[in-house]
Order: sequence, then structure tokens, then C-alpha cells
Amino acid sequence: MHEFKFEPVQMPAAAEALRVEVRAFIAEEVAKGTFTPSRNSWSSFDADFSRKCGERGYIGMRWPKQYGGHERSALERYVVTEEMLAGGAPVGAHWVADRQSGHQILRYGSEKAKQTILPRIAAGVCYFSIGMSEPDSGSDLAAARTRASRVEGGWKITGTKVWTSSAHRTNYLIALARTSPKAEDRHAGMTQFIVDLSQPGVSVRPIYNLYGGHDFNEVVFDEFFAADDMVLGEVGMGWKLVTGELAFERSGPDRFLSTYQLLVESIRTIGSDPDARAANEIGRFVAHLATLRRMSTSVAGMLERGAQPIVEAALVKDIGTAFEREIPETFRQLIPTEPTLGEGASYPELLGMTILRAPGFTIRGGTREILRGMIARGLGLR
Amino acid sequence: MSEMRNDLLKTVDRMFDEHCPKSVRESAEAGEWPAAMWQALEEVGLDRAALPEAAGGSGLEFDDAMAALRRSAYHAAPLPLAETMLAGRLLAAAGLDVPQGALTVAPVRPNDGLEFVRSVSGTTLAGVAHRVPWGNVCAHAVVVGELDGKCVVGLASTAGASASVEKNLAGEPRALLRFERARLVALAPLEGALSRLETEGALYRSVQMAGALERALEYSLQYANERVQFGRPIAKFQAIQHMLAVLAGQAAAASAAADAAVEASLLAPDEFAVSVAKSRIGEAAGKGAEIAHQVHGAMGYTREHNLHYSTRRLWSWRDEFGNETYWQTRLGRAVTAQGADALWPMLSRL
Repeated sequence: MHEFKFEPVQMPAAAEALRVEVRAFIAEEVAKGTFTPSRNSWSSFDADFSRKCGERGYIGMRWPKQYGGHERSALERYVVTEEMLAGGAPVGAHWVADRQSGHQILRYGSEKAKQTILPRIAAGVCYFSIGMSEPDSGSDLAAARTRASRVEGGWKITGTKVWTSSAHRTNYLIALARTSPKAEDRHAGMTQFIVDLSQPGVSVRPIYNLYGGHDFNEVVFDEFFAADDMVLGEVGMGWKLVTGELAFERSGPDRFLSTYQLLVESIRTIGSDPDARAANEIGRFVAHLATLRRMSTSVAGMLERGAQPIVEAALVKDIGTAFEREIPETFRQLIPTEPTLGEGASYPELLGMTILRAPGFTIRGGTREILRGMIARGLGLR
Repeated sequence: MSEMRNDLLKTVDRMFDEHCPKSVRESAEAGEWPAAMWQALEEVGLDRAALPEAAGGSGLEFDDAMAALRRSAYHAAPLPLAETMLAGRLLAAAGLDVPQGALTVAPVRPNDGLEFVRSVSGTTLAGVAHRVPWGNVCAHAVVVGELDGKCVVGLASTAGASASVEKNLAGEPRALLRFERARLVALAPLEGALSRLETEGALYRSVQMAGALERALEYSLQYANERVQFGRPIAKFQAIQHMLAVLAGQAAAASAAADAAVEASLLAPDEFAVSVAKSRIGEAAGKGAEIAHQVHGAMGYTREHNLHYSTRRLWSWRDEFGNETYWQTRLGRAVTAQGADALWPMLSRL
């Protein structure tokens, strides 16, 4: 049985110094009117803000300097990430590239891919989407049918990806495709490719979400040519790569801070003299949050030590996203208002948008059910 | 984990494996003092594990002592170890000598107050303390209250004070102590002693619950892998797997919250971290125990299976030294008093 141990981590002094610096940067930007904290989460796309983050060295923090990185620790990166989320900064443009795609390229990409792409990600000018799900392959990722066939100098990719967030405004995605027919081991024969969305052979069509927003897309590859230097890792090893990528996708504070802005605005609205029930609920959320943060920093510590905390990440995401979803459900009962459809900063709009976004929290990045299956495997039950 | 911690826990495990079989748990619930177990515990110095070395401690760090306490709860050892540790630390903090033997603390209920009265023959103690843990079997109680508007810590004999005994759900004695002008064995001022008793008590119960929950998870995993229905172990059913995944999440959260509270309380109990721990772990206790029993089916509802030794403790301890509502409300008021923008700095301090 896998033993779940969330060992404590000591934040290094450099990380705490960085915290002060990031906090000051965010306060300055808010004062300048660059963004309104309450309206943002890590899905808010703002290229100007991402560029500023790049200039200040807040992207690609762990990567080598030769690829535009800053050779900082996982814990320093963690601090920047959580300060951005807590401060309501619009970090959505560079989020995926910084959190997972860049790491995949650094670890498994060709020298050319590393040299041409990573410095631009770190500069905050190059953005990524995730190319995993397909119309008939969601939780069952190994059922992916997008196919890549060998051609002179590279591969021709044909197939369809869905739920591809921000593909209409990002530069690249990493696509999981089948490079040999399905065998007995259904995880074999898959490969990850970097896809340049500006090249011919790929088209992006919006899929509007339940409140009419445009984040999702359908991405269709029609004999899209990917050169050999856009292959990640060894051909046929894509499954191993994609599961490693998911550990990065799942382990961070973005998995319990998506509704932090609503928590803060709810506390502000309730004011300094809460009734007994409100005080109790606020206290409960704070207790959960403090504990989740402890567990999440522990996972960052494991990443720092070079471990692959796949099961721990799944566990933090499972309880973290359940927590995120409780926040709107509780405060709608404590603050008598009617949730309102709109992107404004008023409380009813903030509540409304959070309610509408909440179903996604326990689906994106691996459904609650998939995560619990992974935890169960870790417990030796399957 | 340090090697020293590892060795310590091995010693603790060995001791409870030997001295805490089912028969001893049962006789303790029937009211018999588990003398051999207590003696073994004293021999390895666990009773003094949380004391500073200068006050006669066994030379362990506080977090090591808490790890040992957690382990005793994992073993469902029916002894006032937490109470003895807490009482000893209050005495030591007040500069008083720590007597031999099991100790308890009073008052432990929010509306109880003990009156310290100055008289010509010295200071005496009066009043009623409800549900004093193990108050009927410990020879001494460390009592806390106010004298001339200042917090004091006293050592009182419990001889003749125990008026009646109730049991918590785990069958641990909770005594009503009535003091009528009782002479104090020792007395000294200690700033903040009342809140220290409450907060440190909540910390210990949090640590104990983390240990009991760990055991309940282990029992559940073992049972699910062994119990065969419809031709396969019930662990192979997705419904059961998901329940156990949730239980593991509660246990992991409880463990993390307990560790955080201990770490923040090395010098003195940290109110914020303990509020978080008692709130979060109290919730995990209820939710975790529910799943553990559901997985065990009728078997876990029997006296024969051992699960109840863990779950009855969880159901008791979550309500002792303040339940979730009590600590959450304190936490909530602390947050709202400082305002919404102070929340993040408060959280990121830990």
C-alpha cells in the first residue's frame, strides 16, 4: 500500500523574500487599475499581464537560464503561484505553459524546441493549450483516436481534440496521438507532439460554455505536419509522458484557490460582526484552506526532491476542488442575494459566475471519479 | 522522519502491542485501572515525554512527544496520557514540581469555573468541574483559574473530590469533581493559563484523533481486501474504492492539520493553528468514522471487531476541549475582526 505522507516543508528565506516582492507587484498593478482582483482566476487571459510577469522572472522559474528560466526552486515557484492566485492576478494566458507544457518540453523536447519555445514562454509571450481530450476520449484518455503517421521528416496528424481551453488565443498545444495501432497494452503506441497552432492543417472552432463564454474549443487536425523535432520523448512513450504531465496539472494551489476571490468578497460583505452561523462557516473554510495549503506545499516539496507525487496530487485535487465548490454553495445561503449573470465586479455577479463555473472544477484536469480511482489504486485496492 | 523518532515510535508500538490487548481495553472500560500498561509507559518515560528536560522530562522534543501521543491513540490505549502530559506542562510552565503518577486537568468544560480563595491557612479551592477526564483515577488534578484577577495554576489532590463518574462514548471515565475549600498542594501564577489549558487540550485531542483515524483507515482497507461478496473482495467494487479514497483524504487532511498545529506550538500552543486543527480534524473524525463503518457493514457494528475502539474515541474526542463549531466560530471571528484582506497574510504565515 502506498503510504500518504504529506511531510512538512520549510519555506526557504528566498521564497519568503519573493512573496513580499510579488505581493508588492500585485498591489502596484491593482493601484494602477491593471485588473480588478475579484474578477480574476487562473482562467483569466491577459497577455499584457503575462508579459509583465515574464519581465519580472515569474514564469519558467525552475528552468535553466540557458532556456530563459531562472533556476529557482519548486517552493519559490509555489509562492509566486499562490500569491498570484490569492491576489486575483489574471495569469491565465501563461498558466498552462508555465505549469506543465514548458516542463514537458524541457524534459522531453528536442534541443530546437527548447531553444525556440522555452525562452518565449518565460518571457510571457508564448502560450499553450492542452491537447488530451477527444470527442470519444475524456476520462478514458487511452481511447484517443487522433493518429499520427510517419512521413518524410516528421509526422502527419489527423484527428480532433475537444475542450481545448484558449486554443483560439494560444500559440501551441501538446497533442497526444496514437503512433501505432492499439495493441493489448492500450497504453502503448501513443506519442506527444508539440503543435504550432499558426501552421496550416489545424483549425480551431469555438465551443461555447454553459454561460455563453468562449474558452473551450474544438481543434481539428487534417494531415497536420509535425516535424521530428516537435516530438516529445521517444515515439510510443506518450502515456508515461502524459501521466507525468498530469501530476503537474493537478498538484498546485490552483486546485483549491479557484473560488478564493469569492471567499474574500463574501467575508468583506459579511463584515466585521458576523452572526454565529456566518462566523462558523467562515472559520470552517479557513480551517480547510489552511490544511489544503499545507498539503499542497508538501507536494511542492516532493516535486523539489524530484519525486513524482502522482497519487498525492490526485488526493489534493480531489479534496481541494470539493472545497472550491462548497464556497458558493455556502455563501449564497449566508448573504441574501440573487446571483446575477454578468462579468462585473459586484457581489451578485461574482457569486453568479462562480456558481456557473463550479461544475468544471471537479471535471477539468481529471474528474473526481478518475482521481478517486487513482487514490484507490494507491491504497492497494485495485 | 528522523531516526530517533522512528526508534521512539517502534518502542511505543512494542509497548502497546504487549500491554494493550483487547482484554485490557475491555477491563479498563469496566473500570479497572490498567496498572501494568501505565507502569510500562512510565518505564519508557512517556508520561514525562512532553516535559522540558529541566522539569524532569525524558529529553524528547515536543513534536516527538506528540508523535508518541498520536501512536497511543492509534493503539486506542485507555490511559490519561494526554492529560498527564498537559497537566505536567502547565505545572512546569508555572515553575511547579511535577508529581509522579497519572495526572488530569480541570476545568475542561466552558462554563465551569473553579474558585481560588485566599484564607489565613493558605489558598483553597472551591467549585465543581464537570467531565474531568480520568478525574476519578488520577491522584492529582492540575487546576487552573484566577486569583486576584491573575491566572494561576494549582495542584490539587482529588481525594474525596470525585462525586460521580460518567463515561465518554469510548468508555473513558469523565468525573465530576467537587472541591469544597480544598487545600492546594502547590500554587503559582501563570499568565494565560486558562486559555493555554483550553488550546493545548484541543491540540492533544487533535493529535489523538489523527492517530485514531489512521487506525480506522487501516482497519477499513484490511477489511475491504478480505471480505468477499459476489465472488470477489469488496475492495474491487468501485463504490467501495471511492468511499475509501474519501476516507484516505480525510485521514491525510487530519494528519497534515495535526502536524501543522504541533509544529506551530513547539514553544506554546498556537491559537490559530490549533483552531484549524481541532476544526478540520473534528470534521474528518465524523466523516471518516461514518465511512469506516459503512465499509465494515454489520461486522464493524459488533463488539467483536476492533473498529469501535477507534471510532468511539473519534466520536468522543471531537466534542472534548471544544467541538468544531466552537473553534470554527473563534477562527471566523478572528478573521472577520481583521478584515477580508488580512486573511491571506494570516494563512501564508503558517
